[in-house]
Amino acid sequence: MGNIVLKQVVKRFGEAEVIPPLDLEINDGEFVVFVGPSGCGKSTLLRLIAGLEDVTEGTIEIDGKEVTYAPPAQRGLAMVFQSYALYPHMSVRKNIAFPLKMAGVAQEEIDKKVEHAASILNLANYIDKRPGNLSGGQRQRVAIGRAIVREPSAFLFDEPLSNLDASLRVNMRQEITDLHRELDTTMVYVTHDQVEAMTMADKIVVLHAGVIEQVGSPLELYREPRNRFVAGFIGSPKMNFIEGPAAEKHKAHSIGVRPEHFEVVKKGGDFKGVVLSAEHLGSDTFLRVKMDDGQEILARGSGDVVVNYGDTVALKVEGKIYKFDDQGLAI
Amino acid sequence: MATDHSKRLARWMLAPSVVALLIWMIVPLAATIYYSLFRYNIQRPDTFEFWGFKNYSYFVTDPAFWISLMNTSLIVFGVIIISIVGGTLLGILMNKEFYGRGIARLMVIGPFFIMPSVAALIWKHMFMNSENGLFAIMSKLVGAEPILFLNDYPLASIIVIVAWQWLAFATLILLTALQSLDQEQMEAAEMDGASALSRFRYLTVPHLMRPITIIILIETIFLLAIFAEIFVTTSGGPGNASTNLPWIIYKVGRQSFDAGGAAAGGIIAVVFANIFAIILMKVLGKNLDG
Amino acid sequence: MARSTTTKQKIGWTIIVWTIALAIFFPVIWTFLTSFKTEGEAIANPPVFFNFDWNLDNYKIILAGEANYPKSLMNSIIIALGSTLLGLVFAVPAAWSMAFQPGRWTKDILMAMLGTKMMPAVGVLMPIYLFLVWIDLLDSRIALVVILMMMNLPIIIWMLYTYFKEIPKDILEASRMDGASLRGEILYVLVPMAIPGIASTMLLNIILAWNEAFWTIILTTTSAKPLSAFMVEFSTKQGLFYAQLSAASVMAIAPILIMGWFSQKQLVSGLTFGAVK
Repeated sequence: MGNIVLKQVVKRFGEAEVIPPLDLEINDGEFVVFVGPSGCGKSTLLRLIAGLEDVTEGTIEIDGKEVTYAPPAQRGLAMVFQSYALYPHMSVRKNIAFPLKMAGVAQEEIDKKVEHAASILNLANYIDKRPGNLSGGQRQRVAIGRAIVREPSAFLFDEPLSNLDASLRVNMRQEITDLHRELDTTMVYVTHDQVEAMTMADKIVVLHAGVIEQVGSPLELYREPRNRFVAGFIGSPKMNFIEGPAAEKHKAHSIGVRPEHFEVVKKGGDFKGVVLSAEHLGSDTFLRVKMDDGQEILARGSGDVVVNYGDTVALKVEGKIYKFDDQGLAI
Repeated sequence: MATDHSKRLARWMLAPSVVALLIWMIVPLAATIYYSLFRYNIQRPDTFEFWGFKNYSYFVTDPAFWISLMNTSLIVFGVIIISIVGGTLLGILMNKEFYGRGIARLMVIGPFFIMPSVAALIWKHMFMNSENGLFAIMSKLVGAEPILFLNDYPLASIIVIVAWQWLAFATLILLTALQSLDQEQMEAAEMDGASALSRFRYLTVPHLMRPITIIILIETIFLLAIFAEIFVTTSGGPGNASTNLPWIIYKVGRQSFDAGGAAAGGIIAVVFANIFAIILMKVLGKNLDG
Repeated sequence: MARSTTTKQKIGWTIIVWTIALAIFFPVIWTFLTSFKTEGEAIANPPVFFNFDWNLDNYKIILAGEANYPKSLMNSIIIALGSTLLGLVFAVPAAWSMAFQPGRWTKDILMAMLGTKMMPAVGVLMPIYLFLVWIDLLDSRIALVVILMMMNLPIIIWMLYTYFKEIPKDILEASRMDGASLRGEILYVLVPMAIPGIASTMLLNIILAWNEAFWTIILTTTSAKPLSAFMVEFSTKQGLFYAQLSAASVMAIAPILIMGWFSQKQLVSGLTFGAVK
């Protein structure tokens, strides 16, 4: 079981309200990702669930039991920190055994569980080394191992991949997803990287200034963003926002078009402008286009589009046009 | 940033130290102020009576007090100047490439670790003694009259002994600071056409301002309280020529058994130290930021 | 990368720096040499440097204890270690608290603690002396242990604080998530990780306590006298015995000199409250 319910949770640091009243329900077995720009309160929210910070108001329930004021260790959760937070003076084996030792588990049992975790995560080769002698990816696995042995009702991940290099990050992303499938345990994952959110999550929670902007599956958020913030945050490269007469034509304050929804055409098209830069990646071509009214658009064309700096191009929208009112809400 | 529970714990963990230090500060200080207002000779407890500020007026009208104030300042300034100037030069020298760097470094910083009473003893007997001290022997060898260091130049001799120890301290700190100087920055400046002298002036000196400030602050604390060196060498003499503030208070308290007078002197020393500290912070405080 | 110096330059610097270094350290070298001489050789004119009959007689005389040297040595060890350990008992929790659970007043408390160091010892001499007379603890080791502990407590707390600050908070939080109690957190995680810092804090404190020469001189007469106070008296009674004086001095300074040399790097950051590393 691993069902987490936050009711009217508020967090203030002194005067500053980091999280205004917030409700959230995380279902058992779900992979939930909190995503948002830095300073949006996503890590604070995770730490509230972990019990590393006190909530100012509201309640937190785990598996139907109120734990609002319970110390971290009694919440049955395990956490993987951004810095991995391994104990540098202990071997990998001792690191993983530490939570069991603290819980007073018998040595025999500890050994068995550590072996099991090590085999799941392929740690056997360096089980007696200290964290200082391990690579980033290996440390990451140890941190996960330490979390697994507690058999928590939910795992909490605080930006666990941000200290890894790009290629390793892709691998670890896959491994964590596989692990989730294998263990079938609730996972709450914090990241600022929307790609991680899109690829891993069952459910994404988009946070902005402590407020939940939208909750939904990755494709829901991509297809039906509730407002300009979510529309701009989800999807890469970012959605283009266009204001002025072009937007008024659609009876909106602003309209949004994703770069991948443009097509470069010879004639006609919906927008026209001068190419500021053209990045030919082979598979795709990214064009930065300056329109006559000065607004810039980023468009993704196919790999065989041949345009260069200074050329005039026409762009046709081949997909959805998102419309927003003057409050930024989707119409 | 943490939970109420851990914050409460944290306060309890901090409390013993804070309370102990508060007691250590306030109770004796209050008692000193109290005693300073009474006529109180330890050997004649029956004479205990309220005297108001008489202890203070006796203390400050004693010519020895003003000499001691002067001497205290001379020791502080003298030693600080010697150790900063010498320490900077030595630090730069020790930072050069040469053979046996580690051992030379150990020798230069060695004096700092020698207990003050022993340092004073060694200098007094083995070097400055007018009969058998090494300086006297050397003088006789070249046919010169031995210098009576502790008689004729008592304060200067004490300053030399104390400076010997604190020069080592300043060198240790400044050398460490110099080693953390960014070499790339130096090379960039060289590429920009800065001469060795202007590199020193515009890069090295600013880099050393913070450690120098700290050296001055720390040395001041210790130098205002120089005691063992005087006890061992001159006992404040001849006359009052090498008497400083701690010594005169010690003399009044432990030798004349005048607890009231010593307490008044103690309060004056506290005020003096604080004036010193305030001036220092005003002049140097900005070097400590950042 | 620094440019390499030519061999010629290097030899030049070697001569200059070694001359200065030897001159600065000469008093210690001379004392060391003299401690192996006879009293006659110690004041020979012209002075003898190495060509004398090396012997250990002075050390034997001193350690035989005629002047109570061994007892003072013991006192020094007890007082230096005692005040250091007692200081750690107070300082470790305090430093943990300020480093990992800083509050609104943490910075001010730290500064105020440093401020207590600005208080000259003579300012509180009389009441402490009279108090010790009153409770009959004058000339006792326990009084010196407590007083030196209080003198150095701000430095110990500051040093530990700067070391603890370098330990990532995440790791302590991880231990909390893993079910460690406060005791477990400090004992199994913080202290083992901070061992190097705690060790150099102890070293600095032992050095300061060993060399302290105000309270030790004033508050002891016979039984609790540590070496720093003993040596002062040694001069008045036996000042003319240079070789013995040297042997006594060498034994008094050697342990600290060696400790100081081994820990010089850490001492710098401790002595400057972490401002110079």
